[in-house]
Amino acid sequence: MAGIVSYGAYVPLRRLGPGTEGWNLPGEKAVANWDEDSLTMAVAAAIDCLGDIDRSTVDGLYFASTTPPYMEKLAATTTGWAADLRTDILTTDCTDSLRSGTTALRLAVDTVNAGSAKRLLVTSADLRMATPRGGLDNNLGDGAAALLLGDTDVIATIEDSYSVSNEILDMWRVSGSKYIRSWEDRFVYEEGYLKILPEAVTRFLEKCGIKVKDINKAVFYAPDLRRHRQMGNLLGFKPEQIQESFLDRMGNTGSAFSLMLLVAALEDAAPGDRILLASYGDGADVYLLQATDKITAIKGRRGMKHNLSSKMLMRSYDEYLAYREFAASDPEKPGGASASVIHRERDAIYALHGVKCRICGTLQYPPQRVCTGCQAKDNFEPVRFSDKKGKVFTYTLKYSGDIPAFARPIVDTMVDFEGGGRAIFGMTDMIADKVKAGMDVEMSFRTLGTGGGIRNYSWRCMPPRDSWLPEEMG
Amino acid sequence: MESIKDRVAIVGMGCTKFGENWDKSAEDMLVDAAYEAFEDASIEPKDIQAAWFGTTRMGTAEPLATALKLDYIPVTRVENLCATATEAVRNACFGIASGAYDIVLAIGVEKLKDQGMGGLGTVTGAGGNGTLEWGMSAAMFFARMATRYMNHYGLNYDEFKQILAKISVKNHYNGSLNPRAHFQREITEEQAINAPIICWPLGLYDACGVSDGSAAAILCRADMAKNFRDDYVLIKGLGLAVGARQGYLQSGYDMVHMEETVRASQQAYNMAGIREPFKEIDLAEVHDCFSITELVTMEDLGFCPRGKAPEYVEAGTFALDGELAVNPDGGLKSFGHPIGASGLRMIYEIYKQMQGKAGPRQRKNPTLGLTHNFGLNPGSGIGSVTILGPRD
Repeated sequence: MAGIVSYGAYVPLRRLGPGTEGWNLPGEKAVANWDEDSLTMAVAAAIDCLGDIDRSTVDGLYFASTTPPYMEKLAATTTGWAADLRTDILTTDCTDSLRSGTTALRLAVDTVNAGSAKRLLVTSADLRMATPRGGLDNNLGDGAAALLLGDTDVIATIEDSYSVSNEILDMWRVSGSKYIRSWEDRFVYEEGYLKILPEAVTRFLEKCGIKVKDINKAVFYAPDLRRHRQMGNLLGFKPEQIQESFLDRMGNTGSAFSLMLLVAALEDAAPGDRILLASYGDGADVYLLQATDKITAIKGRRGMKHNLSSKMLMRSYDEYLAYREFAASDPEKPGGASASVIHRERDAIYALHGVKCRICGTLQYPPQRVCTGCQAKDNFEPVRFSDKKGKVFTYTLKYSGDIPAFARPIVDTMVDFEGGGRAIFGMTDMIADKVKAGMDVEMSFRTLGTGGGIRNYSWRCMPPRDSWLPEEMG
Repeated sequence: MESIKDRVAIVGMGCTKFGENWDKSAEDMLVDAAYEAFEDASIEPKDIQAAWFGTTRMGTAEPLATALKLDYIPVTRVENLCATATEAVRNACFGIASGAYDIVLAIGVEKLKDQGMGGLGTVTGAGGNGTLEWGMSAAMFFARMATRYMNHYGLNYDEFKQILAKISVKNHYNGSLNPRAHFQREITEEQAINAPIICWPLGLYDACGVSDGSAAAILCRADMAKNFRDDYVLIKGLGLAVGARQGYLQSGYDMVHMEETVRASQQAYNMAGIREPFKEIDLAEVHDCFSITELVTMEDLGFCPRGKAPEYVEAGTFALDGELAVNPDGGLKSFGHPIGASGLRMIYEIYKQMQGKAGPRQRKNPTLGLTHNFGLNPGSGIGSVTILGPRD
């Protein structure tokens, strides 16, 4: 029977919060850097989830989001390439609904149970926007979750699930618009969320023959803190049964939200724990999971704990708006990437594959035809650099006037990888003044912007995410 | 492999004023440089049997033939980035040394200021894929070497910037003595140190400018040279080395030297029979696209031991009146870098110095002179070294 084999999450480093100029709300929310989008966040969560699991064992990848980078073209294929999965796999995007993350989970469970795949990766990520300072944007946060589903070595079984479809315009984004909209609050919550989700949960528990008190941890979607408390009461859970919502620490991360909370619940789960997962959007998806003995064996995931605790407070809300404006800037502007070059070099560009010479052992990036060490021709094996650690060998900070103020200076680095290999990367998620030769870096999949109608993705280096952790956790 | 030492002579040269030559097209500058060289050699344009034309921006050989109205003679357009003009000379030397031609023209030109170019080597857009969305620039490439140099030798930022400033101050001083230079004003160390940062740690005064210009040489068989003039100058050695991205691909590459310069100088020194370059060479025109480039080049050319260039700079060793004058004409720093013309502009200074015609910059009885170009970037470059000497 299908269950969860591994989990991972990604919360962007940046936060809007008390201390951010122009941001007057009490809580914090996580916001993507200007070089991030739903796809790059999904890649980060996927890689966290895969850990040291053999990536060739993954038979499929579902990408769920309401904000995929392309309207026609899969994000799942790019995500799969960046995560260095096999290519004879099932890939699809599950989009257009706040529930798409949990729907993708249902599809993955059914796929595994049907025997179509032994292991399947579900990623969900969102970077939703609402009119700046319009109220609706107060709670929106950015983030991603990833779950590896499989039928062996499961850390949590999926005992049962239940879905309802509901036709309602409560929250939506019309094609071509970058901002979400909603109908008035009383309608949205009383006819939608607060009505549909409790009904679905109640029916599901009846169907399973389970009482509210039998649930160790309840994970459920909520648009904001107030509704999260309200829903907990409506469902009859005691506070200690309810998974913390992080709505005041990362915000509402859309389609990824419920799965990110599930990751947090799994991090704390003990063998035998029953977890209820309920998500909302155009209806509801409800799941019952139970942790197995293997839950305690899972190690080394950044998960929600490290992601939430390692953070950088943004200076101003205007700077955040400049990020978003830049990210959404005219995709028809010139200077874009070449589709045929990306295609030809996709192993190097997306999977960050270099090569190792079979004769002299020299590691090289990008892949070469003739070895730089011994001049042997076409005698290499591929090497994945994306999960290698490295050190900055040298760098420069570029201050030219064409760089937007929020990104100036950009940091250009020459990185030496542990175990050999050297390459040039832009650096992200750093403080430029603190960059030093010899500092540790890890790799992160990012966008280089959009031009010529093409979203250009590439790897950058960055200070290890854990270096942002408070001392007691680091 | 035969040496071509002393087999080719330069008997005439021309060089335009370098700068923002808004009133001159590339063709105008070609005519100005070529006719100065024709007059200097006392020849007619029709005496030229073949021409090598260095330019990075004009795609064909035809603009030179058209500008000079050459009479269906062979013209070859050559391009090798910053070594482009020197490549025109080098290949012209081969044409003569082979016996195919007796007298030829090597000429270079670049008209950068018609292209709205603000800085050297600026590449906009990420192309197929790149690491930076706001493009790459030459300053970034050389700044990487500067950062590494500081770390490798344990120099702090302030002392390092002061050394770099001394190089810029020296070259601007030399340029102030040169009416053909683009920038003819002296600067101070404080100005250089406090200038806006372009690519940390390099600031505005660590970089050379963008200019237009052209320079030309008439070359002939050495045994014919005395027919044109008594004070001809001989080609003593030529070297060219092209990198294969070793600095980018090999984690052992130290990024505090430019191997292509080392290799090119070895070729040229061997051909010229030079064993102790610092003692034997009297003046050198080197590629100071950035102050750090000149600093490291002093070590790469063997003018001083590894890591010691800052001490030599501090001691004034490379000043106009120092033991080995480096960039006596003001260098790229004062001339800017019209890419296809720079190598010949350097040779022009050595030629004039050998003839005692360098005016206020004149060195006493110069012996051997060296010119050096470095194209592309540290880690994978194009190194070019030429040795010139007076007639025996």
